[in-house]
Amino acid sequence: MKTIIHNRVLKGAGIAVAGLSALAVAVSAHAQQTLNIVSWGGAYSMSQQRAYHEPWMEMTGDEIVNIDRSANALAGLRSQTQAGNVTWDLVDMLPADAMIACAEGLIEPLDHDELLADAPDGTPPSEDFVDGALGECFVASIVYSNIVGFNTEMFPEDGQPSTIEDVFDLENYPGQRALMRRPINNLEWALIADGVDRDDVYDMLETEEGIQRAFAKLDTIKDNVIWWEEGAQPPQLLADQEVAFASAYNGRIFDAMVSEDQPFDIIWDAQVFELDGWVVPTGKLDKVRDYLYFATDTQRLADQAQYISYGPARMSSSDMVSTHAEAGIDMTPHMPTYPPNFATAIQKDDEFWADYLDELSQRFDAWLAQ
Amino acid sequence: MAIPSYATRGERIWHYVFLGLCGLIFLFLVGPLLVIIPLSFNAQPYFTFTQEMLTFDPQGYSLRWYQDFFTSSRWLNAIKNSFIIGIASTILATLLGTIAALGLSSRHMPARGVIMALLISPMIVPLIISAAAMFFFFSRINLAQTYLGVILAHTALGIPFVVITVTATLSSFDTTLIRAAHSLGANPTRTFFKVVLPLVTPGVVSGALFAFITSFDEVVVVLFIAGPEQRTMPIQMWSGIREQISPTILAVATLLVLLSMLLLTTLELLRRRGERLRGVTPG
Amino acid sequence: MSDSAAPLTTADGVPLKVSLRRAVRRSKLKALLLVSPLLLFLGIAFVIPIFEMLSRSVANPEVSTHLPRTVAALEHWDRQALPDEPVFEALVEDLREGQAARNLGLLASRLNYERSGMRSAINRTARGLGSMEPPYREAMIDAHTRWGELDTWKLIEREASPFTMTYYLSALDRQLTPDGDITMAPDNQQIHVSLFWRTFWMSGLITLMTLLLGYPIAFLLANLPLRHSNLLMILVLLPFWTSLLVRTTTWIAILQSQGVLNDIMVFLGVIADEARWQMIHNKIGTVVAMTHILLPFMILPLYSVMKTIPPSYMRAARSLGGRPFLCFRRVYFPLTIPGIAAGGILVFILSIGYYITPALVGGQSGRFITNYIAYHMQTSLNWGLAAAIASILLCVVVVFYLVFNRLVGVDKVKLG
Repeated sequence: MKTIIHNRVLKGAGIAVAGLSALAVAVSAHAQQTLNIVSWGGAYSMSQQRAYHEPWMEMTGDEIVNIDRSANALAGLRSQTQAGNVTWDLVDMLPADAMIACAEGLIEPLDHDELLADAPDGTPPSEDFVDGALGECFVASIVYSNIVGFNTEMFPEDGQPSTIEDVFDLENYPGQRALMRRPINNLEWALIADGVDRDDVYDMLETEEGIQRAFAKLDTIKDNVIWWEEGAQPPQLLADQEVAFASAYNGRIFDAMVSEDQPFDIIWDAQVFELDGWVVPTGKLDKVRDYLYFATDTQRLADQAQYISYGPARMSSSDMVSTHAEAGIDMTPHMPTYPPNFATAIQKDDEFWADYLDELSQRFDAWLAQ
Repeated sequence: MAIPSYATRGERIWHYVFLGLCGLIFLFLVGPLLVIIPLSFNAQPYFTFTQEMLTFDPQGYSLRWYQDFFTSSRWLNAIKNSFIIGIASTILATLLGTIAALGLSSRHMPARGVIMALLISPMIVPLIISAAAMFFFFSRINLAQTYLGVILAHTALGIPFVVITVTATLSSFDTTLIRAAHSLGANPTRTFFKVVLPLVTPGVVSGALFAFITSFDEVVVVLFIAGPEQRTMPIQMWSGIREQISPTILAVATLLVLLSMLLLTTLELLRRRGERLRGVTPG
Repeated sequence: MSDSAAPLTTADGVPLKVSLRRAVRRSKLKALLLVSPLLLFLGIAFVIPIFEMLSRSVANPEVSTHLPRTVAALEHWDRQALPDEPVFEALVEDLREGQAARNLGLLASRLNYERSGMRSAINRTARGLGSMEPPYREAMIDAHTRWGELDTWKLIEREASPFTMTYYLSALDRQLTPDGDITMAPDNQQIHVSLFWRTFWMSGLITLMTLLLGYPIAFLLANLPLRHSNLLMILVLLPFWTSLLVRTTTWIAILQSQGVLNDIMVFLGVIADEARWQMIHNKIGTVVAMTHILLPFMILPLYSVMKTIPPSYMRAARSLGGRPFLCFRRVYFPLTIPGIAAGGILVFILSIGYYITPALVGGQSGRFITNYIAYHMQTSLNWGLAAAIASILLCVVVVFYLVFNRLVGVDKVKLG
């Protein structure tokens, strides 16, 4: 599975022939409107702004309002639907949330081949997107990764950390750690740092011994952990040298490295990657149909990679990934799917977490409170 | 607080220790508010004093965070929303609260204690519970994510303050003044405008100020029931603190401290006026 | 006036008693009429929503609405072995209908709260229903192992009732066994009770801190000439009038490890640069910031009580030969107890319901039970559990509020 994804992402077909003529037809009969688009905020929203929103607004005269509520998108969708007053037109969310929202009928089922643009060479979307990118109600735009970043200034030059074991090694790599306050990722990393093979991680976590083992490993660093909750916190904590290590979304760390010249580096070992993309709230499909077609085409996904180091979810976009729009550096080695980065990657198991998140969250909280 | 003449030496020492202690507590109360004011002029994006600032190097100071604030459409929009919601809910709360206070201060008000306890309850019920409850209820009646919804919610939260201050004013109201006015030949209308209103107004206005500041400072309910259009100042600050804590927050905070100083001065002037009118002389 | 005299009457001949009673009734009615718009408003915008939310803590509509056939088919089940084919058939029909209407999500979440794995049992099975053929019993067990477990069926049968107490049980770290007995949740999943206790003891600590700091200030203010005390009173009221978020922000700026206080300490050489104090995102942060925020609520009631104590009492005690401390302890202090009670209860009530400050500066260890209400409202979306925790908290608050009302009277609360 992992190898399939990275091979296809990297070697995906794709010559950049703009599908803009087709788009122009789609857009011609378009009345100006305001689109409320929910996303994650920070550097990620900025990359969407530059790659999708600005060209779209210029082309159509539409107004796009960014709402940074993706972290609570499921709660928002539920309450808006209950209220019968859905104000969001398009929502960026994780596939796990999309599965739940879809089962509750909060979002529209999508016919991908009908709604989305073909690749420039005519490959239909269902074949052009990477595995798992197209869910019943979901279309991915990026592949991102949960990694651990560190501040290079806090370690001697010959003693820079490089593996996930180092994060759990207080003796050789002292300092505070910032981890996200939830069981996801942390339990996986704890097991891997404890020597579990990455293919066995989720099987292990379905057993009581596995869970205990993961918590026991986390116990060893518990006193040195600051728990964060907002995606913008880890780069901040690293920059302030409040912590030496911080788990984060890889794009946030990259953004701080490039845009703010922060002395950060990323431990790609045992990165937990997953997809992220669009869902359409029930009843909004007609309103956002054109925009969705535009924002998920090959060119747009490739453009986004100029602003943030998340891999495009379309294979045809991968080869078009070039340099960072401002810094001018080659983006390829900063992508989660770059082979040296990808060698020990784990794909987040959405079904496992759909079943066990309630229970493990409670257990995680109880563990934190001990 | 003078030292009595019979105080012993030990007592004198204790007296000064006590004053010093009180000074420290006052510092604890007000110091934090004063610290952020210079910090908001920091030229660097830090939350602490830089070397340049400590040496009073002009290079260390700048207005960039204020500029940030006044040029950001998000912040300006948030201010606008805060004022719209604050003013509308203040008017509603003051109107409802004052009328109710007139009833409550009647000698014949039945079940006064129970009703009073009920009217004060929005101040006592934990905000998170009120917010969650309003979230469900307002969602169901299509008021969530509307200005009206937020305004009504803030009206409910502001009401206890209006009721408390206005009933307090009315209870200290000397009814013989009305009789005096009548006996001196004033008709009821003239009595109301010349005697009652001037005496009650300070209470109503300070109640209104409390209601306004309650709304202006409220985060939790807005967090739950407001939509993207109703983003208020506190929400903007809240997400600023949680997500990307930049010194712009400190600039906003400084402006808000100034605002509260302004409100407080108004309130103090009102109180003095009220006392003067009632014939209470400050000692 | 003799006993036989006619009762007093008004000018138009109505007995005075009747006339008075009428006048009282009229003014009662007038007073009620004046209050009624506000009562009506608060009733609709505040009281009803709260009761409605609390009702969610026992509401349990998911199984009975989404699995009506299954519930009916389970009525004669003996609970000893897996149910028979008709029950499975009913379940398949229910799931098919739910899948077509796309509303199985809430059911899946509801059952998953009680038993991990039920979410995928329902979702995965529902997705595969199209091609499913009888006999359904084997097909279902094949589709997901949960359908082959006795406890799953006991759970469905149990949750068929439209009301449940499981939310309250889990708010108190208890759970139902498959056979319906109440037990403690496993040690490693107990979280809420300890959070309630933490909220209470930290609020108690904050109350104590505000008392220790507020008492001298109130004493000073009450004993200074009004001219000076008015000026100092402004110093108390200024923080009171300043935005809560501003005050919380200032504490972040002061307490964080690259913050003002740590910088001063490093500069003074009290601590080493590498050994900066961790004063925020933990209990210290919450206690310090909340003490600061709630201090005026302690000072004001204390002040208004102390203001009424004549200074001559202390002078009299002294002149009778009491040592200063003894005089204070035996004469002055007892007189201030009503103020301490009023301020203490007020601060305690406000403190246990605080959300913003613990959320911003409390980190993990300085978190209150209110933060879990928010968590279950917004993140885990377990609204029933949020309602159960909220109603327990509300009960505690109401008890203290009633005590406060009894001791002090809400109408005696003064603001500034």
